[in-house]
Amino acid sequence: MTVNNRFQLRLGRMPPEPRRRGLKPRLPMGSYSICVHPMLLICLVCGLCAGVAFAQGLAPPTNVTAKDTPNDDGKSITLTWDAAAEDSGITVYQILRGTTPETLAEIGALDSAEKPTYVDASVETGIDYVYVVRAVSKTEATEETADSEITEPVQATGQWFHTGKIPLFCAMLIFSAAIVGNIYYARSGKEIFVRRIPGLEAVDEALGRATEMGRSILYVLGLGGVSDPATIASMTILGQVARQTADYETPLRVPCNDPIVLNVVREMVKTAYLNEGRPDAYTEENIFFLTDSQFAYAAGVDGIMIREKPAAVFLQGTFYAESLILAETGNSIGAIQIAGTTSEHQLPFFIAACDYTLIGEELYAATAYLSKEPMFLGSLRGQDWGKVIIFGVLVLGLVLEPLGINWVTTFLQKVVN
Amino acid sequence: METLGIWIAAFLTLCIYSFLYRDNPFYRFAEHLFVGVAVGYGIVVQIHQGFIPFAWRPVETIISGEASPMDFIKLIPIAIGMLFFARLSPRHTWLIRYPLAILIGIGAGAAIPNVLQADIFAQVRGTLTPFSQLGTLGAGEIIGAALMVIGVICTLTYFFFSVEHRGAVGGLSKIGIAFLMIGFGSAFGNTVMGRVALLIQRVDFLIEDWLGTIF
Repeated sequence: MTVNNRFQLRLGRMPPEPRRRGLKPRLPMGSYSICVHPMLLICLVCGLCAGVAFAQGLAPPTNVTAKDTPNDDGKSITLTWDAAAEDSGITVYQILRGTTPETLAEIGALDSAEKPTYVDASVETGIDYVYVVRAVSKTEATEETADSEITEPVQATGQWFHTGKIPLFCAMLIFSAAIVGNIYYARSGKEIFVRRIPGLEAVDEALGRATEMGRSILYVLGLGGVSDPATIASMTILGQVARQTADYETPLRVPCNDPIVLNVVREMVKTAYLNEGRPDAYTEENIFFLTDSQFAYAAGVDGIMIREKPAAVFLQGTFYAESLILAETGNSIGAIQIAGTTSEHQLPFFIAACDYTLIGEELYAATAYLSKEPMFLGSLRGQDWGKVIIFGVLVLGLVLEPLGINWVTTFLQKVVN
Repeated sequence: METLGIWIAAFLTLCIYSFLYRDNPFYRFAEHLFVGVAVGYGIVVQIHQGFIPFAWRPVETIISGEASPMDFIKLIPIAIGMLFFARLSPRHTWLIRYPLAILIGIGAGAAIPNVLQADIFAQVRGTLTPFSQLGTLGAGEIIGAALMVIGVICTLTYFFFSVEHRGAVGGLSKIGIAFLMIGFGSAFGNTVMGRVALLIQRVDFLIEDWLGTIF
């Protein structure tokens, strides 16, 4: 097959001829003239393309807009522009910013494959900024750029309300209404049932045992800070425990790992002793700061357990990897241990090494269970109502989602975002 | 110098591990050293990352007369923080309740919506999402999604406190406990494997790094 024939085959103009030795393939009429033209045609197309490219250059980014980022604290401006075509040749976008068009300077870059949005989080609130997005086409040999038009001046401003959180706010209102309504219900004098929680029934047993043995009670609040819900729950349980230790005159030792938690705990225990009419029995030195380092705290609490051998150990609050170290040591000294945490990774260790464990929300229910105060009982019932709402949402979703009606997941998506 | 560091680290490691036998002076030494160093380090970090930038510098700026009107706002949290020192005066101890109330209020207010968002709504959405694409799921995935829903409903039933756990509620909560224990069991195994890896790392240090300096 000749070179010319190969050209024709590629162009689909000629069926393949059978190879026959010594026979020259027959060409249809006019084929020879077409054989020459493709070469010319390719050269022509290449030349035209190059000419067009040189004439037009790299296309600049279009529709570049700079706007204050919504729902933030006034520290960022968001730039958007139209995505370039895949074959535009743009490799990267450079972002130029200035307070005037004369002071434009590069502040960042964005790969052309990414979504054409850039958040400038290095701005100052209340200052006018202008932007240019520069398209860059870079190869080993050449670099070509094309600048967009300069944007209108824009300022970053903070917002008081995050409008994206409105669905979450509505959900919070519904849950809060359930809790507040039930608190009023409990305060009206109506009785509220609370199911048996074995871990909390053992509190009396633990305190009684410590009193009979003449040993102390060790209360460990974990590593959570004062804003941690589990620590707050733990502190309220401690308040209830302290009321009983005040009555029984049993020493209560509380090593803390957070100075602020220390102050709150001292206040709560002191108030508990005052309420029981035993301010003289309160010893401030028994509630002390150990350290805020995780394993140093664990080593220190272990040392206290081994040396003082408390009869009862309470491990209530937020725990991390030190949970098993503490629970095992408490177990080794024969103390009755009541643990409770919302840290799901530590619960297995407490279940394995402690006598009683409050699982997750049982920790939050403990205050109502121990105190029987209407406010806490009403709050507990309100939380149960919240669970009923979750049940309802689950059932509704299970019915609607398979039918292709995605209201529930769409709403939840908005709440989560 | 490096060898000295390795010897100190090995000695302290062995002191801490001696607790596995019983309480002893070596463990006590390591424990007190550990707690003391951690407290000292914590105080220095707090001074450099908390006190100096957020309390000392703003006051310094105001005293030097370089402060803008907005800088004076920073005096409010500083003054509230100073109330913690009221504890030093028995007559004024009650003042400490104000910063504590503010801290707990802000902390709980910031934490509760996050907990609701991440631990409740995101979980419910995750439970329902497979049901919006049932047609694209395989048999195994559908069974998994159904098990997830059963697990969520039963476990949630266990955490009802104002209802007596008898009859259907009791039955569901028992299944819920079974689901919880299966979850805890797998978490236990997973974490134990991680802890064993930490032990191996420490033993490897003793054998390779420490004994390596002797033999």
